[in-house]
This record gives sequence, C-alpha cells and structure tokens, in this order.
Amino acid sequence: MEMLEKVFNIAIFASTLRIATPILLASLGGVMSERSGVINIGLEGMMLMGAFGAAVGSYFYGPWTGILIGIAIGGLMGLIHAFMSVTVKANQIISATAINIFAVGFPNIMVPIIWPGYHAITPVVPVIKDIRLPLIADLPVIGTIIGNQNPIVYIALILVPIINYFLFRTPLGLRIRSVGEHPKAADTLGINVVKMRYIAVISSGFLAGLGGAFLSIAYQSQFSRAMTQGRGFIGLAAMIFGRWKPVGAFIACLLFGFADALQASAQSAGVPIPPELLLAAPYVLTLIALVGLIGKRAVGPAANGKPYEKG
Amino acid sequence: MLPIVKMENIVKRFPLVCANDHINFEIKKGEIHCLLGENGAGKTTLMNILYGLYGCDEGKIFIRGEEVCFRGPSDAIKKGIGMVHQHFMLIPVFTITENLILGAEPTKGISLDIKKAEEEITALSQKYRLNIDPQAYVMDISVGMQQRAEILKLLYRGADIMIFDEPTSILTPQKVKELYKIMNFLKESGQTIIFITHKLKEVMDISDRVTILRDGKVVDTVETSTTNPSKLAKMMVGREVLFQVEKPKKKIGKTVLEVENIFAKNQRGLSALRGLNLKVSEGEIVGIAGIDGNGQKELTEALTGLRKVDNGKIIINGKDLTNRETREFFTVGRIAYIPEDRLLRGLILDFPLYENFILGLQDNKPFAKGVFLDFIKAKEFSQELLHKFDIRDSNIEALANTLSGGNQQKVVVARELQRAPKLIIASQPTRGLDVGATEFVHQQIIKQSNEGKAILLISLELSEIINLSDRIIVIYEGKFRGEFNAQSANEAEIGLMMAGGGVSLNENGKK
Amino acid sequence: MKMEKSNLEQIIFENKGAFSFIKAFTAIIFALILGAIILLLMGNNPIEAYSALVQGAFGSKRCFAETILSTTPLMLGGLAFALAYRCGLFNIGVEGQIAMGGMAAAFLGYSITGLPPIIHLPIVLIGAALMGAVWGIGPGFLKARYGIHEVISTIMLNYVAFKITGYMVSVKGPMKALADEMPASPRILNSAKIIRIWTGTRLHWGILIALVLTVVVYYILFKTRLGYKIRAVGKNRFAAETVGISVPRHYVITMMLSGLLGGLAGGVEICGVHYRLLAAFSPGYGFDSIAVALLGMLHPFGIIFSAFLFGILRSGAILMQAMAGVSKDMVQVISAIIIFIMGMSEPLGKFFTERLMRNKDGNVRKSI
Repeated sequence: MEMLEKVFNIAIFASTLRIATPILLASLGGVMSERSGVINIGLEGMMLMGAFGAAVGSYFYGPWTGILIGIAIGGLMGLIHAFMSVTVKANQIISATAINIFAVGFPNIMVPIIWPGYHAITPVVPVIKDIRLPLIADLPVIGTIIGNQNPIVYIALILVPIINYFLFRTPLGLRIRSVGEHPKAADTLGINVVKMRYIAVISSGFLAGLGGAFLSIAYQSQFSRAMTQGRGFIGLAAMIFGRWKPVGAFIACLLFGFADALQASAQSAGVPIPPELLLAAPYVLTLIALVGLIGKRAVGPAANGKPYEKG
Repeated sequence: MLPIVKMENIVKRFPLVCANDHINFEIKKGEIHCLLGENGAGKTTLMNILYGLYGCDEGKIFIRGEEVCFRGPSDAIKKGIGMVHQHFMLIPVFTITENLILGAEPTKGISLDIKKAEEEITALSQKYRLNIDPQAYVMDISVGMQQRAEILKLLYRGADIMIFDEPTSILTPQKVKELYKIMNFLKESGQTIIFITHKLKEVMDISDRVTILRDGKVVDTVETSTTNPSKLAKMMVGREVLFQVEKPKKKIGKTVLEVENIFAKNQRGLSALRGLNLKVSEGEIVGIAGIDGNGQKELTEALTGLRKVDNGKIIINGKDLTNRETREFFTVGRIAYIPEDRLLRGLILDFPLYENFILGLQDNKPFAKGVFLDFIKAKEFSQELLHKFDIRDSNIEALANTLSGGNQQKVVVARELQRAPKLIIASQPTRGLDVGATEFVHQQIIKQSNEGKAILLISLELSEIINLSDRIIVIYEGKFRGEFNAQSANEAEIGLMMAGGGVSLNENGKK
Repeated sequence: MKMEKSNLEQIIFENKGAFSFIKAFTAIIFALILGAIILLLMGNNPIEAYSALVQGAFGSKRCFAETILSTTPLMLGGLAFALAYRCGLFNIGVEGQIAMGGMAAAFLGYSITGLPPIIHLPIVLIGAALMGAVWGIGPGFLKARYGIHEVISTIMLNYVAFKITGYMVSVKGPMKALADEMPASPRILNSAKIIRIWTGTRLHWGILIALVLTVVVYYILFKTRLGYKIRAVGKNRFAAETVGISVPRHYVITMMLSGLLGGLAGGVEICGVHYRLLAAFSPGYGFDSIAVALLGMLHPFGIIFSAFLFGILRSGAILMQAMAGVSKDMVQVISAIIIFIMGMSEPLGKFFTERLMRNKDGNVRKSI
C-alpha cells in the first residue's frame, strides 16, 4: 500500500508532461506530414539530428541558439525527405529509413572532431532551465503538474491548439489537407501539390527538430548516440491513435508519457520488477495501443504514402 | 465573329503515343460544342491542355482573341475556363463548401470565412437552379448532387467556358435529361459549353456543333443539324460499324450459378446487397444493368469470395460456396473472373507475360510440380495463348505494363478462359478499350456462351448489355428491379428501372 | 496509335541482367565519393581513411577473416529484409530478430549438455531461427489481421528485444554468468560451437551456412509456387487476392521466414564468434541488412556481393578508426547514402529513359 502511494504521486503527472513532450512534438510533426499525404517514418532521425544540432549549437552559442539550430537541422532533414518523397518520388519508407540510419551514424563521426577525445557522447552543454509560472504554480494540484516546467514543454502544449487551428481553420491548412486526401482534385483547382507537401514535410522536420532539441538541452544536458530511443516512432503511433488530429495525438502522447513516468516511479519506489523490463513498457504499450485500442480501421488521409503523378 | 476559344496546331506527345496530332479546334461563344471520339482518341488530353493541366508540345491557344500560355489550372481559371472531370474531383471527407472554396478561399483575417462562403454558394445555387446542401459531406451525398456541386465549383470561380468530360457516364437516362436542362439554362445564361463524349446519342441530343477526333487528329467539325449517328460513327471509327452483334440460337442447359437471397454490406458498412436472387444457366448470358454504385461491385465481390455475405447462399456448380475463400470459387466453383479494373486486379504490371498468364493457375497442374513451379510449361502455355489470342507486337518475356490496354485485356481474358470454367463473371470487360478490342472481347463472350458456359455480364454500358445478353436484370440500390428478355429489351424502359422508376419485381421475380 | 514499350525501357526498369549490376556499382561509387566529401569537410584525409579501410579489410590474414566473418550475418540479414520486401513488407526488425536469435542460441548452447556436436549445433541454430521466426511472425500477424504497419511494430519489437536481452545478462539477470564481471551469459558448450577453420583467425564455417541459405532463398523465390505467390503479393496484392492468393496468409508466412533468417544470423554470431550472449553483440548488422538488401537488388545472388561489401566496410572501419581517426559510424553514413541512392534509382531511371526515348524531332522511338 505504501509502495502504491510512492508510485502514484502528483509528481508523476508532472513527469508525464515532460516525458510526453518530445513524443508530442514528433507526433505533431507526423500529423503535419501525413495530412499532406507523405508518410514520415523518418521523424526519429530528424529528431536525433535536431538533438545533435541543438547540443552543438548550445555548446558554442548558448541554449537558445541551440534550439534554433536544432529546429533548423530538423527542417533540413525534412527538406531531404520532402525532396526524396515528392520530387524524386522514391519510396517514402526507404527514404525515411535512410534518414534514420544516417542520423545514428553522422553525429558520431562529428563528435570526435568537435570535441577531441569524445566519442559516443558529448560533454555537458548549457541547458534551457525550467521556469516557474508565477500565479499558476501556486495553485493546489495543477500547480505542481504544470506550474514548473521547461519552456519547451509549454511551447509544445501551445502548439497543439495552434496546429489544430492551422490545419482546420485556415486556407493553407485546408489546402494541405486537400493534397493529402485527393491531390488530383487539388491540382485541378490550381493548388500546387508539390509546394503544399514540401511545406508540410519541412514543418514536420522543424517539429521533430524541436523535440530532439528538447531531449539534448533541456530534458538531458548532452547528446548521446541514438538518444531518441524510439520516441519518433512512438510519436507516429500516437498520431495513428489520435486519428491524425493534434488533440487526439496529444492525448495519446499523454498516455504514453504516463506509462513511462509510471515505470520510472515504480523503479525508484523499489517495485520488485527488473528495471530493464520496465523500460520495455513504453514499447509494449505502443504495440498494445496499435492493436487493441484502434480497432480494425484506422484510416489516415486517403492519399497517404502515394507519390503524386501529374496526368 | 471571333471564336471564344481557338486551339491552333496543338501537338501533345506521351512516351508511347502522340495524343494530339496537329489539332485545330474552335469554339463559338454561347454554343454547346461536342468533342466526339472513342476511347483514346485524344479528347480528354486536348481539354486538359485547354484547362492548363498539361502543357502542349507545340501549338497556340487563343482565349477571346488573346494568345495565352497556361502554366497551370489557376491561369485557366483566371481566364474563365472551368472543367468538370469525368471522375469527380471532390474530396469525400470535406463538405461541399470546403470543396468549392478550395484554392479560392474567402478569409476573415487569417482564418477561413466559412459563413460567407456558404452564403455565396447558396446564392449561386439558387441563381442557377442547382440545388445543393453546402454543409453536407461529399461522401454522403448522391451522385447527382456531386455533379451539381462540381458545376457550382466552376461558377463560383466565374467560369464562362465550361468543359464537361463524359458527364453522363454515371447518370441514369432520366438524370441525363436533367443535366441537359441544366446545360441549356447555363447556355441561356451566357455560358459556352464544351462536352466530351463517345456517345453518339448525346451529341445528337444536346450539341450545336460537333468536332470528331480520331487517333489524335481532327476528322471534321460539323453542325449537328446536318449530320446523323451513322455518319458520326463512321467518322469516329473510320469504317462501318456493326451496331448489333450476331447472336445465333442457343441451347440453355442446367443451372450453374444460384444466388439465394444474399445480403451484404459495402466498404463503409452500409447495406449494399439487399436480398438478391439470381440463376444463370449453361449457355446463357445474363446481363446486370445498372448505374455505378448500386451494388454491382459488391455483387461481383461476393461471387468471387472477396466479400462476405451476411445472409443467403451462393451455389456454384452445385456446391455451396457462400463465404468461402476466393481460391475455392476458382477450384471448386470452376469460375473465371474478368475484373473491371485490369490494371489493378487483372494483371501484375511488373511481371512478365509468362508470369501473368499463370496468375491464379500456379497451383494447378501442369504448372505445379510439388512445391516447384514449372516455368518451362508456363512459358509454353503463354506462347500458345499469345498466338491463339493474336496478341501482337509482344513476347512472353515482356512486362505487362508495356502492353496496350487492348492487349492487356486480351491477356486477362485469355488466361481466364483457359481455366475451362463453367461460369464466367465478366465485369465491365470492355472498359477503356477501343472498338477493335471491344469487338474481340464480345466475340469471345459469345463464343464461350455458344460452347455452353454460363456467363454473368456486369456492365455500365447499357448498349453492351443489350447487345450481348439473353436476359437482362436491372440492379438498383442493392435489389434486382426488373427482368427483360433480349427480344423485349427496351432501352428507355430499362433506363427507367435503373433510375428506380417503373414496375418492380414481386417475390417470384416477375413483373 | 499505341505502341508497345521498347526493350530499352524494359531493361532499365526491371532489374535484369547486367544493367542492375551497373546500377549497384554506380551507387557504391557515388556513396564512396560522397563519403569522401564528408570526410574532407570534416578535415580528414579521405585517401588515408579509405586506405586504412581497405587495409583493415584485406591487409592481413586476420583482417580478411574478419571481413568474411562480418559478411555472414550481413548476408543472412540481407536475405531476411529482401525476402520480406519482395512481399511488400518492411522488416526493420532484423536487428531485434538477431538479438533474440542470439539469446536463444546462447541459452540452448550452454544449458543442454551431453549431446554430440552433430546434434547439438543444429538444435541450437534451429532454436535461434525459430526464436527469430516468433519475433517476425508477430508483426506479420498484426499486419495481416489488423493492418498495422509493420514498420512500427517491428521497430517496437526491436526495442523490446534489446531490453529483454539486456535484462538477461544484466547483474541480476537469469542468464548472467556468475563468474564474469561483464554482462554476459555462460559460454556455450563446445558441442554447440561453429568451429574455426583458419588458424590464427576467428573465421568459422558459418559463411557456408549463409551461402547455402542464399541458394535456398533463391530457389524459394524464383522456382517455387510459394515464392511466386510471395512476389505476386509484393508487386500487386489486389491482383493476387483477386485470383485467390491469400494476402494475409502470405504476409504471415513471409514475416515468419524473414524472422527465421534474422534469428539464424544471431545464432550464427553467437555460435561462431562470441560463444555467449553479450548485451549488444550485434554492431548494427540488422540495420545494415537494409542497405545490403537494396544494394543487392533484392536478389539473393546480388546480396552475396553487397554483403561482402558491407563486410569490408565493417571490418575495415575498425582500422579506419584506429589509424585515420574516423569513427566507425562512417559505415552507417555510407549505408544511409547507399539506401538513398538505391531509393532514387528507379524514379530517376524512369525520368532518364523518358528523355532518352525521344528523338531530336520529338518523335518517340520504338527501340534502339
């Protein structure tokens, strides 16, 4: 009983937000990309490169510049994926897999050059510190959960309604969605399918880059090899779970974040389950979520994954 | 008077074919002008160029006397050109309003002004007497309303030159008359209409002038009042066309296909088949006539094991095959299936012909040798069929995607008929084929019927059904509505049934 | 006025004969050039780096042995990915299947006693393969039944596999060898080892297993009914289901076979190289398999060569890191570049043949 109390405390909900943030950013990136009809399995790699870029940037120019560099690098990877998927019309999964593999290897060959003597892990870099929201932090329960978080967590939370509004209430959002549902119809109305998809995919890169930046210079304080640990893919699962809607994805990310927070809390409370197995929990949960809770027909945008051929 | 549209010396080439070969084409303001030609003549390509979807390799376009160079549909739209495509360009999960404003969205600040859009659309729809519900989702509305929405889409952007690409392919004869009314009203309101079709009757019914295309070239442009269907047909095809197919008397044998009271749902979980009863016997060709979307797809899927039926029985060759696997329909039921979409379901485009000819036959003798596949036999078999079905300009190693549409269909037909089936299910077997290939397929069907096979023909071309079938059954909203003998077949009456009118069957299947 | 496509187009589009060799070769050259550029930008000397690479791969008896040693799991992994891909499936989970296969092999290797090698080793390898098959069949089933994209499910299972195997040899893990300090299982018995065949090196005869399996996979894909059906589902599952080929069933069978090959790769590594389960005994062979398969044009015989190339990269990279200071992860980067190039090759090929097909006057040529 006591152990149960130790495991389930308010702090868990605060950690949930923190843990969910990178997944959420990846998930929102997935929503943007797939709503335009481009599958983006490469969010993991984009995130990883963003994490690396942010660490490098922070080391030399300070954390906020680090964030910008992380976002920019993420966008660059997004540009590559957009080029491969939309212009070259290569297989989108192959292109994304290449990005993921590249992102695992490339930072590592750069690390010893930037920081001689280091290999798979960078030195500690300046981080973005958590902030305290003055009035909100004093509120009873909510205060603990939401009053004392990292700025990027707040940014991620705000992005949910922003992206939702963008996609469903603005002309550009309408056009992006049209291109993901029926690109031929959009084309016949003079909408530039290529441009829409580039915008969407590069945006997904920015979002993933931000998620990665959060990992390396806020959640942790350095970059290590393959540090994203599958969060990009979990974000995709959250996107499917949330039926390609920002709010739905957000809820899914909260669930995943909660599971992970729970596992960490259980570990520190001394629950007698081996830590390594507990660490597998998020991935197992993702699998279960994909199977059980979605049901048989989780259908994304109708033109998802199909390159657009004119004529 | 200056023509409102003038296309001069248009040339457009694709990798395999020259679709438009030095075409000269003019349209007068305020007329309804038909562009007539068979499948593949180049009509849609030409109009796609006019609408800015394609660029032309050579040639000039003049709109209202001014030379234009369209880089995309937006340029054409700005010049007042609009196009209603053969396959609707509507997004199913959007509302009519969202579809109509796409690319021309009214805004309030940074967001969409949906209210203003709905007001404008409602006003337009009243002005042109095109009733629609702006808030309805496209996937929920009828085909007729979808078409009206497409027309409104053009009017919303201020089009006064409207191109219609085969607009009647999805309409019943009654709805076609409604469309004519709409078009005449549009004409009176000052619109100029270009109407692409391959149906002679439509040309005679609605157009002021008609331009006939054949093999990418203009044959002639004539005043409709000075011509008639057989003259037009001759120009369209280049030779005398036999409108009727020879059908000798046949012996009808025992029942091969028995469908008892089947019910099934469609892809979206809605009821698609509502209690169908059907018998097809040896030597008989039964044609199912109907407008697209009334259950034909689900019927063929049920009869080939690709869709579950919730009730009822399907008995083929005396065996109950209800809800069995597709494979059993072929092996036990002895069916052959010519699918309506040969590119998607009939062939594997990236496979060579010798692998396509054995598709579905790979587990049978003589190709199956234990776990192995005897490719030598497969190649011999393919060579034989290539010869027997006169598939020219190709060899068995060629990939299926290098063949013309007609030859591709020949491969599918050849393969299926080689199964020596008892029942042949042919779904739109001549879709997209030119006259030569169509004649070939029809001949094969008649031949098989004469040899005692039972044939179920599903087609959206009423003339094809009437030509070939011994019995014609109309399907409407998942039910069979009327049955006709070949002799008593009357296109108007059948058309009425297809639209839901006329007298329906009682339980015994009699009028 | 329709024409049949010409022979030239056919050759370029399909991976037929010599042209596919040229494609693959070009990809390798391009990747190496791009790699050299990256090295230059990083301040390294590409010539120094590449010669260290070659030396590391071929320089001595030991080096050459290591090259072949790396080739073995790469070949099996490449076959695994290629087989799945032929059915239209992306088995990104080869890495996890290797891990689980290795785990099973180690367990069967050290816990079954008293058997002669001729029985023990096959049992161990079959056990490893079956473990991999289990790890592969899950995603196959999820795809077949629920339409869940196998990319996500295989990747999730990768992480689960890493956690499980990590746990097994962790401090309190059930497979941890008590005597050792490092996270490893007890050593497998001699009867379970794939013995070394070249004195002074670590080379074992596992390469023969890989070669045999290459031929087996070739026969399955191109000579059997099952292979025909797998390929049919991969190229057009709609046509396949229309003629009665069960798409779900073939998804499951293919993922099972693919996992089998992955698990076997893990087993061979344990029984031939490490003789016990180590926490992360595969340096990324599973991910390299993707590039190996694509570079080998998804054809078993092509995979022999591409696996060998990656074996060179892998074993050479160690020396490249020691001598030229270039991180081993350069292999990943080159791998990624190759995947990019191979991914681009077909669409770009289409683009160029369409250009080639036109004469000066714009008429379409029928054949060259």
